[in-house]
Amino acid sequence: MKKLLVMFAVFCLWSTSAWSELTIEITQGVDNPTSIAVVPFLWQGSGPISEDLAGIVAADLHRSGQFKPLSRGDMLGLPHEQQEVFYRDWRALGVEYLLVGKIVQGSGDQPIQVQYELFDVLKQSRLLFKRTGGQVSQLRDIAHLISDEVYLQLTGIRGAFSTNILYISAKKLSGSNFSYRLVKADADGARSLLILESREPIVSPAWAPNGKEIAYVSFETGYPAIYRQHLASGKRKRLTHFKGLNSAPAWSPDGKSMAMVLSKDGNPEIYIMDLATEKLTRITNKFSIDTEPSWMPDGKSIIFTSNRGGKPQLYQYTLATGWIERLTFEGDYNARGRPLPDGQSIVFVHRNKGQFHIAVQDLAKGTIDVLTKTFLDESPSIAPNASMVMYATQRRGQGILAAVSIDGRVKFHLPSKYRDVREPAWSPF
Amino acid sequence: MVAFLKSTNRRETGGIILMNMDPKSLSKLLTVTIAAVMIAACSSTDTDDSASATSDAAQQQQEGAVSTASDSGGDVSSEAMGGRETMAEPLKTVFYFNFDQSALLPDTRAALDAQAQRLRDTTGIVRLEGHADERGTREYNLALGERRAKAVANYLAIQGVDRARIETISYGEEKPVALGHSEQSWSLNRRVELK
Repeated sequence: MKKLLVMFAVFCLWSTSAWSELTIEITQGVDNPTSIAVVPFLWQGSGPISEDLAGIVAADLHRSGQFKPLSRGDMLGLPHEQQEVFYRDWRALGVEYLLVGKIVQGSGDQPIQVQYELFDVLKQSRLLFKRTGGQVSQLRDIAHLISDEVYLQLTGIRGAFSTNILYISAKKLSGSNFSYRLVKADADGARSLLILESREPIVSPAWAPNGKEIAYVSFETGYPAIYRQHLASGKRKRLTHFKGLNSAPAWSPDGKSMAMVLSKDGNPEIYIMDLATEKLTRITNKFSIDTEPSWMPDGKSIIFTSNRGGKPQLYQYTLATGWIERLTFEGDYNARGRPLPDGQSIVFVHRNKGQFHIAVQDLAKGTIDVLTKTFLDESPSIAPNASMVMYATQRRGQGILAAVSIDGRVKFHLPSKYRDVREPAWSPF
Repeated sequence: MVAFLKSTNRRETGGIILMNMDPKSLSKLLTVTIAAVMIAACSSTDTDDSASATSDAAQQQQEGAVSTASDSGGDVSSEAMGGRETMAEPLKTVFYFNFDQSALLPDTRAALDAQAQRLRDTTGIVRLEGHADERGTREYNLALGERRAKAVANYLAIQGVDRARIETISYGEEKPVALGHSEQSWSLNRRVELK
């Protein structure tokens, strides 16, 4: 009677080649974005250069929604250093800030050296003058680093342009056959790297707080199991494969423990695994669905989804006391909470009038702001600088990634042409 | 049986309710219509000799269902009738649920009674795969799918199927059968499949 489980090949690919599965479409920015000109950087080496650094920086700043980069066609000159800057030209164009730079061929372990300068056009003053360097293969990293510096200088907030995302992509092959992929990419969707591919579901990608390891759930054996995997080496370890659910791994802020959902004792419950000993401690005990644990930034409590009151709502479990408190009361479906880095607010999936959206709730005041208006929004993941929330949504029948700023004013989409994409997980710094 | 349903679906264009239904909906409709039937029958992969008891009432209900097609479908119905006569009606192997619910629906109970009767006379593992529709969060839906599979498992166990033979797994919303984004697809995806 039982169908034979057909195990399909699971590939762990660690190729150096990368492709871009996602494209970026900015759908909404702030009303009066800051005008900045990012002049193409001068390349003083031999042969062509593989990346347009200034283009990447401009795209980063544009994607934040807070900046409007000047089109290159409108530039009256292409300065590369301070002596070549004529402030009046930029002032005439309404530009508030100006970024220029040049790339020179270095030697040794830094064959690429970049010098860049940021100017305040109105005050006619230089705000930044920096040099950095690296390998040819690190040109995109260098560009994102420059974006981070500029963003910090102009907004006072640390930029998150150098961070990564994990996501799941899926495609129906035929009948009941699907292809599932776990992919890592830059936060702008570029340089996608296939981490795992399977004909069985892959779900719940999660980052270790050091950004060097990830965890996920893979059904590749026919049953769900939680794995942890080291990104650089590709080495992985199966942490759990109990009977029933092995779900929703969440690293503690100190990296020493992992919260997870197991139903080995008959019911979906939240457990904490000490990663050194792999010893499990069960923290919920209720005849209801308890799932989707997420650690508060101080590591002292865990928020989770439970339908113990009849409908899914968010609760908070304090580790020291075992005290459980309900957090959400508005709406009949509030699930998969993620705290902001300051621990003052949580972001979650909120259903109101039948529609699933991403909402943020101030924990002290209890007030809710719905951030999104798209269709079937889920899986919110917060940028480490708390500027943006990336989430999964549906557009024209396809699963895509989207992002919204925490104030709801900036929005962009990261669709894939060929596959459904979902479950974004934003890396730590 | 699957081939029969597909063929009916493809060629039956004038039927009142069978029109524009995919094989799953059609299958569901037919099974609902004959919900009272206790036909122990073969599934698409197994045959079982004890599977031929058919009540008269059920037989008539079935005739009624098929005659709807017959009125408008010409030779299709005779093909359908022929198909039904030469092979016993398969037992229902997919059971549907309401949104965010794992309670068994009345017709599911009837269908499971018939399954239990067959399973009591067989051996081997019974695999129950629980699924959810795409609405709501993925990890919650994994838990919900498990709830559904366990609800079916518990019912079968109460009906005398050895619990040790029953294996449950949840795929949550990861393996939809219908890819649309409306209730029509969602209702087909909120399911437990018996394998």
